[in-house]
Amino acid sequence: MSHPETAGLCTCTSPPTESHGSDNTAVRPATVATVGNPNTGKSTLFNALTGFRRRVANYPGVSVDVGRGPVRDAARPIELLDLPGTYSLAALSPDEMVVSNMLCGRVERAERPDCILAILDASNLPRNLYFFSQLADIDLPIVVALNMTDIAEARGIAVDAGRLSERLGVPVVPMVATREATVKPLLEALDAALDGAAVATRTQLPEALVHEAAALRETFGGQLHFAEAIRVLLDRDGYAEQQYLERGGDPNVISEARARLNEAGIDGPGAEVRARYAWVAKILDGVISRPDKPIRTASDRLDAVLTHRFGGALALFAVLFVLFQGIFSFATYPMDWIDAAFGSLGGLVGGVLPEGILNSLIVGGLIAGVGGVLVFLPQILILFAFLAVLEDCGYLARAASMMDRVMRAMGLSGRAFIPLLSSFACAIPAIMGTRAIADRRERFVTILITPFMSCSARLPIYLLLITAFVPTERYLGGWVGLQGLVMLAMYLVGVIIAIPIAWLLKKTAFAGPSAGFMLELPSYKWPRPRAIWQRMHFAGKHFLVRAGTVILAVSLVVWALGYFPHSASTASTVRQKGVEQGWDEAKLESELAGAYLRESYLGRMGRTIEPVIKPIGWDWRIGVAIIASFPAREVVIGTMGTIFNLGGDVDEAHTGLRDAIQAATWPDGGGPVFTLPVALSIMVFFALCAQCSSTLVMIGRETGSWVWPVVSFTGMTTIAYFAAWAVAAAARAAGL
Amino acid sequence: MSLANAPLATPLRITGIRPEGAMSYRLMEMGLIEGAQVEVVRRAPLGDPLHVRLGDYHLSLRASDADLVDVSDH
Repeated sequence: MSHPETAGLCTCTSPPTESHGSDNTAVRPATVATVGNPNTGKSTLFNALTGFRRRVANYPGVSVDVGRGPVRDAARPIELLDLPGTYSLAALSPDEMVVSNMLCGRVERAERPDCILAILDASNLPRNLYFFSQLADIDLPIVVALNMTDIAEARGIAVDAGRLSERLGVPVVPMVATREATVKPLLEALDAALDGAAVATRTQLPEALVHEAAALRETFGGQLHFAEAIRVLLDRDGYAEQQYLERGGDPNVISEARARLNEAGIDGPGAEVRARYAWVAKILDGVISRPDKPIRTASDRLDAVLTHRFGGALALFAVLFVLFQGIFSFATYPMDWIDAAFGSLGGLVGGVLPEGILNSLIVGGLIAGVGGVLVFLPQILILFAFLAVLEDCGYLARAASMMDRVMRAMGLSGRAFIPLLSSFACAIPAIMGTRAIADRRERFVTILITPFMSCSARLPIYLLLITAFVPTERYLGGWVGLQGLVMLAMYLVGVIIAIPIAWLLKKTAFAGPSAGFMLELPSYKWPRPRAIWQRMHFAGKHFLVRAGTVILAVSLVVWALGYFPHSASTASTVRQKGVEQGWDEAKLESELAGAYLRESYLGRMGRTIEPVIKPIGWDWRIGVAIIASFPAREVVIGTMGTIFNLGGDVDEAHTGLRDAIQAATWPDGGGPVFTLPVALSIMVFFALCAQCSSTLVMIGRETGSWVWPVVSFTGMTTIAYFAAWAVAAAARAAGL
Repeated sequence: MSLANAPLATPLRITGIRPEGAMSYRLMEMGLIEGAQVEVVRRAPLGDPLHVRLGDYHLSLRASDADLVDVSDH
């Protein structure tokens, strides 16, 4: 069911219901599916009709977001479906296949819509009508929302909606989705369409094709729509063919039909495309008028700067700089507040509760765990606000286009650039963002390399170890510092490793023809605050609910492993030693915390893996820190604090921890544990490892399989281990 | 002349397309078919992809795909 190849497709073999039971039609609201090309204002219209009451509907086997919401002020109850934007029913991705499957009633537990609401961009009618002509082959009533009439007007394009409606055989409502008053007439048209039997004018397709499609439907007992039959016949090895075979279709029937079509001169979708565009030209003749020369709009003038050969590159750097600045600088203020709030909450609760297991569970496990998650919320919100603004105004399409050449070196395309950019803040929203990549192989490769980008959780580790071990030398007249260079190197190491990994994945597990790159560059427009807020809200909620529960659960497990067995004999041994050596109260307490950890299950695990990590130069305490930081990398700071006898509450600026790790030595008179090679190797390890349970959960969720998180974890840990070893060895050889 | 080598800012008409694979059929569906009006607006900072005006809208496509499209300047 969740085999990645079929994700998003209906894999049911039972015949779909063509009609709805008459007993429940009275209570069931009518379903209207909104479909259209991308960038036609589909979501704006959906929001205008439902009053922003979009909820995500989950269907078995469908990985794509299908939005639903009740229509406001409708004469009868209408449930609006928000299907992904697509240019064609000839699906190139599972996401696109969902549109056809929903419209044909092939999705399990989803009712077939009663009506199609087709959104057409008035400023770009021919390409929009192409898709309409495919929709007309699905026998459902259609209402056309002719959107963006304002943009069309600005470009001097005039459309005669009345004549268009006559020729298409369906109601056409001219409107501007951002102006709610213009949307109202749509409700009447929908109401009439749901009662009436208005039939859309169909395109005259080549006779041989129509004939073969009818014949194919017959062999399938009629359980195949005409539009589906066309796709099965024309799209070789396409998703429709795959689904036809899964439903028990005979492969010989299609190969014979294709042979006959070949003889008739139809060897692929080319004949269909030409027939449809010829039809579109006929429909539009006398319906549309354009200026002889395209009017140069403000959007065109903006593009001349923002995508200019030099200016465009400069603008992209500026945007990236502000984005990173936002994530790393602006976000630190709210992050510090959250940190401080949870710190004082922990102190407060810790002071009230009696010493013991409950205190440790609530303060060390629960409050620290929740705080550790919440602290990343500002970065996620800022990042999403930024990306939503850039996307909504149309710039992201330009950025992706300009980066395509760079991404191609890794076997990816410009589409992968945006998620990879986001992953410098956090891999979780980045992986969610890969849904915009249509090609499954490219999407999976992008998902698998996002965790290599240095996210914000690595920053505290870099800061601690660099300030403790890297000398503060400066070069070039004090402009370039060694510490800053090491920090830059840590950010680069992930990128540099990700390039061959992506290339390798594209050559092996995801081998196949390149999906290519083609992207519409929509007109620039002002971002809509409400739409941006909606994105931030959704991302924030998603992050808190999904990642929060998982991080919290794993944090509690790590807490338990680090707390138990917490035996009385450990305490008495330390106390005795304390009396012998005359420790004061603070010293005794931190020694006690360290001893408990040493004797805990987590401590035992650390000592078990010590033989494995010793070649790098790490002792069991570093091993413990690495195991404990599995739920989230930043946990490592707190764990090292505890383990080097300081108690749990330390941060990277804590000079106590810095001093303590600098002073830590191997037992039996050995040298210091932390040397520059060890510090470098730990940083490299954390730069490359997959120590983030939320990311792994997200990889599993978005790939629809537990295989990829496992591959990701083992692969990245292996790479991180060997890279750490190599860096340590090289640094020692260099005499550092 | 192929669209990949066409001069910038010149109104062109598509005279033929040689589709290769599902992606190039999608390009046809986007409107890159015989008779369509097209103009190469500019190239991306690294020379590829091309930014073209196709009929009423703007499209970014790789030179390798544009190479499948034959154009003439009337």
